[in-house]
Amino acid sequence: MAGQATLWSGGESPYAINSKKLGMWLFIISDALTFSVLLVAYSYVRMSNPRWPTPFEMYPAITFSTIMTFCLLSSSVTMVMAVAAAHRGQRSRSVQWLGATMLGGLAFVVLHANEWMHLIHEGVTPFKNPWGVPLFGATFFTLTGLHMTHVICGVLYLGVMALGFGRGKFTSQDVEVSGLYWHFVDLVWMFIFPLVYLMSTKM
Amino acid sequence: MSAQAEHKEHGSRLYLIVWGWLLALTAVEVFLAYEKLPLTTMLVLLMGLSIVKAALIIAYFMHLRFERRSLALTLVPPLLICIILLMVFFFPDSLRLLEWRSS
Repeated sequence: MAGQATLWSGGESPYAINSKKLGMWLFIISDALTFSVLLVAYSYVRMSNPRWPTPFEMYPAITFSTIMTFCLLSSSVTMVMAVAAAHRGQRSRSVQWLGATMLGGLAFVVLHANEWMHLIHEGVTPFKNPWGVPLFGATFFTLTGLHMTHVICGVLYLGVMALGFGRGKFTSQDVEVSGLYWHFVDLVWMFIFPLVYLMSTKM
Repeated sequence: MSAQAEHKEHGSRLYLIVWGWLLALTAVEVFLAYEKLPLTTMLVLLMGLSIVKAALIIAYFMHLRFERRSLALTLVPPLLICIILLMVFFFPDSLRLLEWRSS
């Protein structure tokens, strides 16, 4: 193939995407490994402890976390709409969709903080909990805490993006790159939700 | 050729269909959480559904299906190999700890 012969001489773009997007993809892969390691660590200690606590009741924990999942999934859809509007050149429409996405993220953070406070009032800390195996609290707060940090950073990132894109400082490509990050945060929750919450429901 | 020229516009219908699927799979997961299943069966089912959801998000929302194939081939296999290696190294050890505890 002629195209591949010239690939080595430079000047070709093998992925046909801009460098910001490639950079975000590489960051996402490394961040995915961070979360994979934490999830494997959690599964490791859980598997070697036969009496792992399963304290999450239908209400509030499971109900809240299901609503949180709904918030994140819906904010992913509004993000896709924001990117589509940005590519069509509809600046203010895109900023509105970005605002909706931030609202979804904020709802997630508020509900999750509420859920954390509920557990803290029951006496769960990273070092002890009322149900036995102390590592339960450590793994729970590490996993959900790191994820919540990502959501908060994502909301700030989208806020900067909405302001800058509204003023014409950023291009639609930049909005698409911020969208990649937001979808990744959503994706990670798709693994934390079943492993941390659904596997530990109180029957 | 530029990335912009190759960029295909997709209707919002496609995204709403994907969203519907994601919500439906989440509902199935929550339903499964209240079924009395052996722990390993539950784990396999929940992880299987989660991997399907992750694949939907990556393919459609993150647009990887509509990028050049080379990007997906560069990004996804190394990640999968690393995760499989993590499991290969750690889980036999975790099971051995379980054996020691019960004996």
